Amino acid sequence: MSKRETDEITGVETTGHEWDGIKELDNPLPRWWLWMFWAGVAYAIVYWVLMPAWPGVSGYTKGMMGHSDRAQVAQQLEALQQVRGEGAAQLTNATLQEIEADPDLQQYALAVGQSVFGDNCATCHGIGGAGAKGYPNLLDDIWLWDGTLDGIHHTLQVGVRSGAEGARFSKMPAFGRDQLLTSAQINDLTELVLVLSRQDGDREAADRARPIFAEQCVSCHGPAGLGDQTQGAPNLTDGEWLYGASREEIRTQIWSGRNGVMPAWAGRFDDETLKALAVYVHANAGGR
Amino acid sequence: MTVVIDRTKPPEGDQAHKGPQSAAERARKKGDAGGGLYKPRAPIYPKLVQGRWRNIKWVLLVLTLATYYVTPWIRWERPGDLPDQAVLVDFAGRRFYFFFIQLWPQEVYFITGLLVIAALALFLTSALFGRLWCGYACPQTVWTDLFIYIERMFEGDRNARMKLDASPMSFNKAWRKGGKHVTWLAVAFATGGAWIFYFHDAPSLLRDFWIGQAPVTAYVSCAILTFTTYTLAGTMREQVCIYMCPWPRIQGAMLDQHSLQVTYRFDRGEPRGPHKKGASWEGRGDCIDCNACVVVCPMGIDIRDGSQLECINCGLCVDACNEIMVKVGRPKGLIAYDTDAAVAARACGEKPAYKLVRSRTLYYAGALTLVGGLTLWGLSTRSPMDVHVLRDRNPTFVRMQDGDIRNSYTLKIANRTFEPFTAQVAFAGVAGAQLKTPGAEVTTGPVALTVEPNQVRAVRVFVTAPREALPEANMPATFSVEAAGATQAVTTSFLSGAANAR
Repeated sequence: MSKRETDEITGVETTGHEWDGIKELDNPLPRWWLWMFWAGVAYAIVYWVLMPAWPGVSGYTKGMMGHSDRAQVAQQLEALQQVRGEGAAQLTNATLQEIEADPDLQQYALAVGQSVFGDNCATCHGIGGAGAKGYPNLLDDIWLWDGTLDGIHHTLQVGVRSGAEGARFSKMPAFGRDQLLTSAQINDLTELVLVLSRQDGDREAADRARPIFAEQCVSCHGPAGLGDQTQGAPNLTDGEWLYGASREEIRTQIWSGRNGVMPAWAGRFDDETLKALAVYVHANAGGR
Repeated sequence: MTVVIDRTKPPEGDQAHKGPQSAAERARKKGDAGGGLYKPRAPIYPKLVQGRWRNIKWVLLVLTLATYYVTPWIRWERPGDLPDQAVLVDFAGRRFYFFFIQLWPQEVYFITGLLVIAALALFLTSALFGRLWCGYACPQTVWTDLFIYIERMFEGDRNARMKLDASPMSFNKAWRKGGKHVTWLAVAFATGGAWIFYFHDAPSLLRDFWIGQAPVTAYVSCAILTFTTYTLAGTMREQVCIYMCPWPRIQGAMLDQHSLQVTYRFDRGEPRGPHKKGASWEGRGDCIDCNACVVVCPMGIDIRDGSQLECINCGLCVDACNEIMVKVGRPKGLIAYDTDAAVAARACGEKPAYKLVRSRTLYYAGALTLVGGLTLWGLSTRSPMDVHVLRDRNPTFVRMQDGDIRNSYTLKIANRTFEPFTAQVAFAGVAGAQLKTPGAEVTTGPVALTVEPNQVRAVRVFVTAPREALPEANMPATFSVEAAGATQAVTTSFLSGAANAR
């Protein structure tokens, strides 16, 4: 297999291996190379003594330097808080409108808002804020409640049907389940809503439902079904449906009146975070 | 014509050198004697030599070191709070300043271009003139030369140094050795100290450094470079070139028989042997085996063994041999910058031909011109502004109350100038599109965005279009941004889902 031989030209032994006629000379390594190996060994031993190194049964060797990645992260987070203190103070002192008007402050608020939104709001409203069935889309100009900067800020503080004091509150009755209307009346109402939103509804049935609509629905949704933001009543004529646009889904909503809940965030976030979040949501919605 | 010249056979019997051996040879012997896996470093005592190549080396030594130490102190006026240092690698600010050029991290391809140019230039030089870089300009060579100069100041020339090393410890030996090492360390410290000035404002860093206020990285870098300069130039020297540096191995692929290299013209030199004054030169070579070429070699080799991995092409042996040739009354140039092909031709009694233009050099020159041209073209047409458009993908579009469709984009506009500018952002591709940015009014015309000098500004732009203007679900669209006399158009798309609309 391997045959060590002496190379004629250099007088150096070969390693004895051969690849396609190529042989390798077995020249000695420089001695300092060996020193570097021992220096590496010495370094490792010093490292074991100073730094956390060896795992044990119920812990690990801590090392004399007392180094801890956890403590380091905590320290860095604290330092970060201090860095952020300046921006946070500016948010506290400025009004929402001032924050939105100042490019620097706006950038800062948007960055904070995005991060907070991703951690807290995206669970229901989606990463981009597009919402889902039962959870409003925050990106369009269609708002159940006040969509101005201050309105959004207020909704964030008190929530919707959150049980918090002063919470936004509206209630869609469960007309079918609570036997306020008959099944036939609800069928007719469904057709009317379809007609109002320019969908393919049965006009005859819709006309039958008009008195019922005037009696039961107008107080919140208005005579033309345009809704009322002060009461959190949705516009029934646009293409946006919280619980779906189909005949089936509209009927279900009239029958059982689902009323979603949004928590109040006032106690969970500090003021500047809430402000930043409001500016972020307002900006994302196009800020009308 | 390919000629294989084999002059590497070890000398036999009495033919073995009686004079000073090359360090390589001594190390080989010592390694053999130990029979070990590891070879000790045989110290090299290069003798001082006078001559043309030595003078060129002195001049280059002064020039390269001066460039290195002085460059960070050159000032270059820039507006505002921007650094006034001509050459600055600003890691904290993520900018690279070089006189009138200022590069951003995303323009690192210019650095890549520069490195490719440097590599190709090295290839071309090597193919033409051998390892000139190694012999004259490589920091390892320059600092080693400087360190040997200091060594000579304290310990004298070759013979004195050898005697001193062999002598027992004494006061004389102690102060000479001590002085040398202290001076070495001082130079090494100055080297490491100069390095850090390339990364921070030099005058303020110099002050901060001595009062302990400089960044930790400055002290660490300075310490590392002090250590490496001291060891690599002081005690490692040729070991760096032989064992650490990959270039000696790579250069084998660049050289051919037409490359100029420091060459022992064996056709003229052999058979070698001692020569008595007045004796005839008939029937013998010009080499008088005086070993002058061996004792001056900083790599500790014998050039008469032929071209070899260790040779850095510095030409000191040329100077040494010329001195001897003049003394013995023979023509200069027994060792000279020459090509293998020329030596072989002369050996056959032909006239040597030098070929600078070869396919190899043409390829290297062509590649060098191409890459150099591309880099220069890129630098000269570099836009003062850079625009990126990121369109929202979650959701791809939003339907508004009145049925209009809105797409959202994040525009990143980079101001690469030193003055603030106002960028005019226009949107094209969808009729009747309206633009809006947070905190501003809706507009149909271009949106004006102010960008601070040397900064990137990221802005969300909302584009709303009526449904009638969107016959296709996917409309190609363009953002064109105009600022600082430059215009940049970025293509994107406007999605509406119109094809699936109810």
